[in-house]
Order: sequence, then structure tokens, then C-alpha cells
Amino acid sequence: MTNELLRILPTDAPPTEPARLVDDFTPALIDVGAHNLCPGCGEPIAMRSVMEVIAEKGLIQKAIAVFGIGCYTAFSNNLDCEVLQALHGRAPSLATGVKRARPDTIAVTIQGDGDMVNEGLQEVVHAAARGEKITCILLNNGVFGETGGHMTATTTLGQRTKNTLDGRNAADHGYPIQMASLLAGLEGSAYVARGAVNTAGNVSRTKRMIEKAIEVQQQGLGFSFVEILTMCPTGWFIETQEAPEYLDDTIAAVHSGGVLKDITSTPT
Amino acid sequence: MAPRLMEGSEAIAEAMVTAGCRFFSGYPMTPFTEVLEGMAKKLPPVGGVCMNAESELEAIGMAWGAAATGTRAATGSTGQGLSLMQESITELSIARVPLVVLNMARSQAEYWQATRGGGHGDWRRIVLAPMDVTEATELAQLAFHLADRWRNPVMLYGDYYIAHTYQSVDIRPLDFGPLPANDWALTGATGGSGRARLVSPLGDTKQRDDVGYDMSEYYHRVHDRQAEMIAGTEPMAETGHLDDAEVVVVAFGTPGKFVRYVVNQLRDEGVPVGYVRPITLFPFPTATVLAAAEQARVVGAYENSAGQMVDDVRLAVLGAAPVEFIGGLTLDGSAFGIGPDITVPEIRSRILRLCESAGCVPEGVAR
Amino acid sequence: MTTVRTRGTVVIDTEACKGCDLCIDACPPQVLVMTVHELNDRGYRYPQLLAGCTGCKACSQICPDFVFQVYKYDTPIDIEVGDDVIADAGTGED
Repeated sequence: MTNELLRILPTDAPPTEPARLVDDFTPALIDVGAHNLCPGCGEPIAMRSVMEVIAEKGLIQKAIAVFGIGCYTAFSNNLDCEVLQALHGRAPSLATGVKRARPDTIAVTIQGDGDMVNEGLQEVVHAAARGEKITCILLNNGVFGETGGHMTATTTLGQRTKNTLDGRNAADHGYPIQMASLLAGLEGSAYVARGAVNTAGNVSRTKRMIEKAIEVQQQGLGFSFVEILTMCPTGWFIETQEAPEYLDDTIAAVHSGGVLKDITSTPT
Repeated sequence: MAPRLMEGSEAIAEAMVTAGCRFFSGYPMTPFTEVLEGMAKKLPPVGGVCMNAESELEAIGMAWGAAATGTRAATGSTGQGLSLMQESITELSIARVPLVVLNMARSQAEYWQATRGGGHGDWRRIVLAPMDVTEATELAQLAFHLADRWRNPVMLYGDYYIAHTYQSVDIRPLDFGPLPANDWALTGATGGSGRARLVSPLGDTKQRDDVGYDMSEYYHRVHDRQAEMIAGTEPMAETGHLDDAEVVVVAFGTPGKFVRYVVNQLRDEGVPVGYVRPITLFPFPTATVLAAAEQARVVGAYENSAGQMVDDVRLAVLGAAPVEFIGGLTLDGSAFGIGPDITVPEIRSRILRLCESAGCVPEGVAR
Repeated sequence: MTTVRTRGTVVIDTEACKGCDLCIDACPPQVLVMTVHELNDRGYRYPQLLAGCTGCKACSQICPDFVFQVYKYDTPIDIEVGDDVIADAGTGED
């Protein structure tokens, strides 16, 4: 079937019929839309949601984003939001310093799984245990994307990566760490949730989790955390359009979605 | 305020708070621990924050974050703990974040770590080395000024003796002159303005097209700022009896105090000896050491290590006179910082041996 | 003559697209189709719009490259499509 048989509508200009804009190109606070991340990468989708939440809540003059090191670091110098760049794994301690020195700011870390769960595991665990009034965002794609797609502490059993070409196996490589689950068990954690960006529905649900996490910080209730499963077709060695299903089958099967802890919700 | 008898660690803490330090983070390690205790006591009453970091990595990270908001911040440890912090200390230099870092050292064997930039890359930091509690309180205040002046970490090289000696000190706020206006710190305020600030070791320019960070351009620019810092910082040293010295002894920190005492004693007995006590280990007082060496028969370097500062002495002297290492690592069984060789008789005998080798000991001087 | 009730439309920044196809599957009424032969300046195929958009913004939310601007009409429009056209074809799998 070629498109010559279909009636293709013009999409190069806004409609002339009366209409309202419901979603714009470059999201709020992302200065330069063009980034060089891979086709089909889930991280820009997650970044968009985080920035939209900050903009919609009117927090842009309070927010300081603390970035880890990974593919998403590409966004650290094109946001119209104050940014503090940390070293690999170290964003939670920097965010702690920011928030303790200036408690009126909203400190949000943006980290990948290699950054947070490998290099920086103790930093995020200690920040959560302390009930540090920051929000940590984990972009989890189960690989070290920036260095080429290697195993991280969240890689699932059976998942193929550059250094587990036959699939991760427990005997040689041990078991994945379920980061959100680990943090939900700490008393200092006030809100812990896990979402994904592989479908439009999940993007909306995850955005609500981010909103809630930021609200928890605004109310000073303790540590808030949102793990966001993102697609990495390059690191997963699959086609871009297969990635959303692969995420469900391979990643979300182990790192399952939902709100794992919310001290503001009353039990039903 | 009248002078008070204070333990060195507490005095350093008091001096830092007096200088406006309002954030401190640390991990206990001998002989740094009591500085952390002092800050934990003194910061909350003035609205500051002292964090018990879970490790040295959290300590330097928290201090980095606080400093990035424009708050005067400090951290510290002893040699081994500083080894853990090296990646961050280096990257703080590249990100151009001011921070005061204390090494309450167990010996003088972190000279290389402090002055050669113990981490990766070729980034330099000013290093200040006090010889006693009083000087430590003055240099601690200067450290914050220099850190802000050059937007770079500054290290204070202290030791066990300074940490645990009680001395009568009068800590007043010291004024080191005007500082440039802060146009870089993060408070959230520039968000949404089209020029939101960025503090990063990867660069400080926002991406405006498809190009991301240009680290080559940024590293060269930071190197230029570092060159300005080095050119704009007058090395500091205390000198004595150099006018007609035939033997010159170079030593810093607590041993420098002992060397000074012994040199004064020997001068009274007619031995033509002088001393140079570097106060800035970086930038090293090269010109002062060279000038002293040019008229001397021999230059001795005394330090509590297997010989690190002696390298800089040799580089400064550049063959104008022979350089002899008369120090050596001296530790007690705990290795926490007391050196049994650091006594007046021992140092006197080493300096006299050096003078004998140069044929400068008059008749009748007791060994 | 067949018409398709259309509640919204999009503006597509074809040069920004990296041809990842996520929008094709994400679109609930399945009114996005990737070009077959046409490429943008970067060498990627890009999406085109058929009649029947509901303005739900699933495409703009799922797109990693911020390709879409989404509009919702004040009043739904009935768009004529040819009788020989199947409105849900071109999902890219065949």
C-alpha cells in the first residue's frame, strides 16, 4: 500500500478553520528542540514531561535541575531552567547541598540507571533514608546507553546487552536491582512511583506521578522519586517501532509500574 | 573580643564561621573529626547547615551543591579521605565553583596530592599551609576570599598538631578587599529568562544550535582563568636570617615552626643559617627560595614525608646550590599524625649535619 | 463519497523527524502514515496525516523529537476521502 492512494492532508501550517492549540512543538523550557539522541529514544519524552510539570506548576524560578551523566546530559545545556551538572552518580548529594543551602528552591535530579543504580547507589539510598526534600528522577532503560549499551544493575535476566550478548544470567551476572522498590522500603521516602513512556497513556500517567512527586517536595514531606522506564532501541539492538513492546515485555515485567509508596494517600 | 584558649580544630571552625561559611559537610576521620564537630556546633546558631555526610563522596558532593548556590561552603578530611574526593575536587575546578577544602593531615606526605592537583587533568588550586593555630585561623578566612576571588577550590593544609593544640587566639573578621560580583551562582531566579544559568564542568554556554558542549573551547577558557589566578596570586612565605645565610632550610607547616626555632637558636650561636617557610604551597614561593639559594652553599628541605616538597625546592633552586633532603617520614604507632622526630634536638642535629657538610659550623657549637 | 469526521489536525515539522515510527502505533484512530519514498533532509521518512484526527495529542506526547503541533477544531469537520481509500491503512507493518 503506497500513500498515493490515501488522501494526505496538508500539515505544513496551522489550520485555517477555527481551532485551538492543544500541544506545541518544543516543550516549555526546552530551548533547542533538536537533540542528537537516537531515533525512538524515550529520554526526551521523559524530559518533556518533567519540564512541562515545572512550567505548569509555575516553579521555573525556583527549580534547579541537577543532572547526572548519560545520554540525557544532552539536555543539561539547552533548558531554560537553572542547571547544576554533577558527576556520574553524584547528583543526589549535589541536590542535597542545593536544597539545604537554599530550602526555597525545588531540586530535581535527572539520572539514568547506570548513573544512579550503578555508580551512585549509595548516594540515592542515603538521600532517601535522610528523607531529603528533593525529587530524584530515574530514567531507566536497562543499559549504559551513552557508552554503547552495556549491562547495568537494572538490566533484567535474559536481556541482551553489549557485554551480556547471550542474555544476562544470574550465575555470572547476578540479579537486577529494582530501584523504586528498594527506595520504597525506606522510611525517609515520602513518594515513590514507577512509570514509563512507551505509550501515550503511560506518558500521561507518568506525568501525573511527576506532578505528585514535585508536590511532595513543595510540601516538604520528604524524599520523592519517580522511576521512568524509557526506550533504548539502540541499546536493545531492536527496531525503533519494536521498542515500546520490548519495554513492556522485558523491562516492565521486572520493574513493574505503579505508585509504590505515597504517604499522602489515605488507605481505603 | 578578647583572646580565648581554644583547641585548634574549634578555632578553625570558629574562623570559618567568622569568614561567613554557612555550609559544611564532613565524614569523621582523624584528625579532621573535631573540625566537623566544631562546625556542627557553630553553624546552626547562625542559620548555617552542617551535614553529617555518609561518606567522603557525599561530603564533597553536598558541599559542591551548596557552593553552587553562592553559599560559602567548606568540607575536608585527611589524606585518605581526600583521595576519595579527588574526582570531585578536580571537576569543581573545571566547573569553577569556589570551595574551601581542609586537609587535616597525618603527615606532610600529601604535598603532591595537594599541589599537583591530586585528581585527573592539569587543574591547579591555591594551597595554604599554616604552622600553628593562630595562622590557621587567619589562613582559613583567606581561603574563602581566594576561593570566591578565583572561583576555584582552595585547600588548607593543616595537621594533627594544629587540630589538637590549644592556643590562645583572637578570631576577628579579616577584610581581604573587594570581590567581583557574583554573576554565576544558582538560585532558581534566572529560570525562564532565556538566560538560565548553568554550572557545569562540561561548559557554561547554553546550546543554541545543533551543537552540544564544546569542551575543547571550555577547557581552554578555564585554563586561561587558572593562568590569571596563578599570575594574580602572590606566593607567601615567611623568611628569616637570609641576608648572609650560607645554609638555607626550607620547611612548611608545624615542622616549619620547629625549623624556625632551631635556626634562631643556631644563629645565636653563630651558625650562618637561614630559613624559608612556604605559606602558599601553590603557588610555591619559587623566587624567594631561588634568591636565598643563590648566595648559599647548600639548601636543605625538611618535611615529614619521604620527600615531596623537596621537588619544588629543587625546581626553584635549579642548580644554583646543591639541595639536600634532611627530612623523612616520622610517625607514631597510630600513624595519626605525631612524628617522634619532630623535636628541637632532632631537627637541630640534622640542620647542624647539613651545615657541617657545607663547612659552616663555627668552633664550639654543641651538636 | 465517503467522509471522515475529523476533530483535530496537526502541524508536522518534517525536518525534525528521525523516522522512529512511534507516532504511527501511538495514534488511536491510526491516521498517521509514514512516507514510503520521500525523505527529509536528514534522510529519514516522516509521518503524514489522514482524515480522522481527534486532536488527542498522543503523537506529540510520544514523539521524542517534538515533531508535532496539535490542534482541536472548534467544530468537527467532515473531510471527503475517495471511495477507494481505506482510512486505517499504512500503519507501516506491511
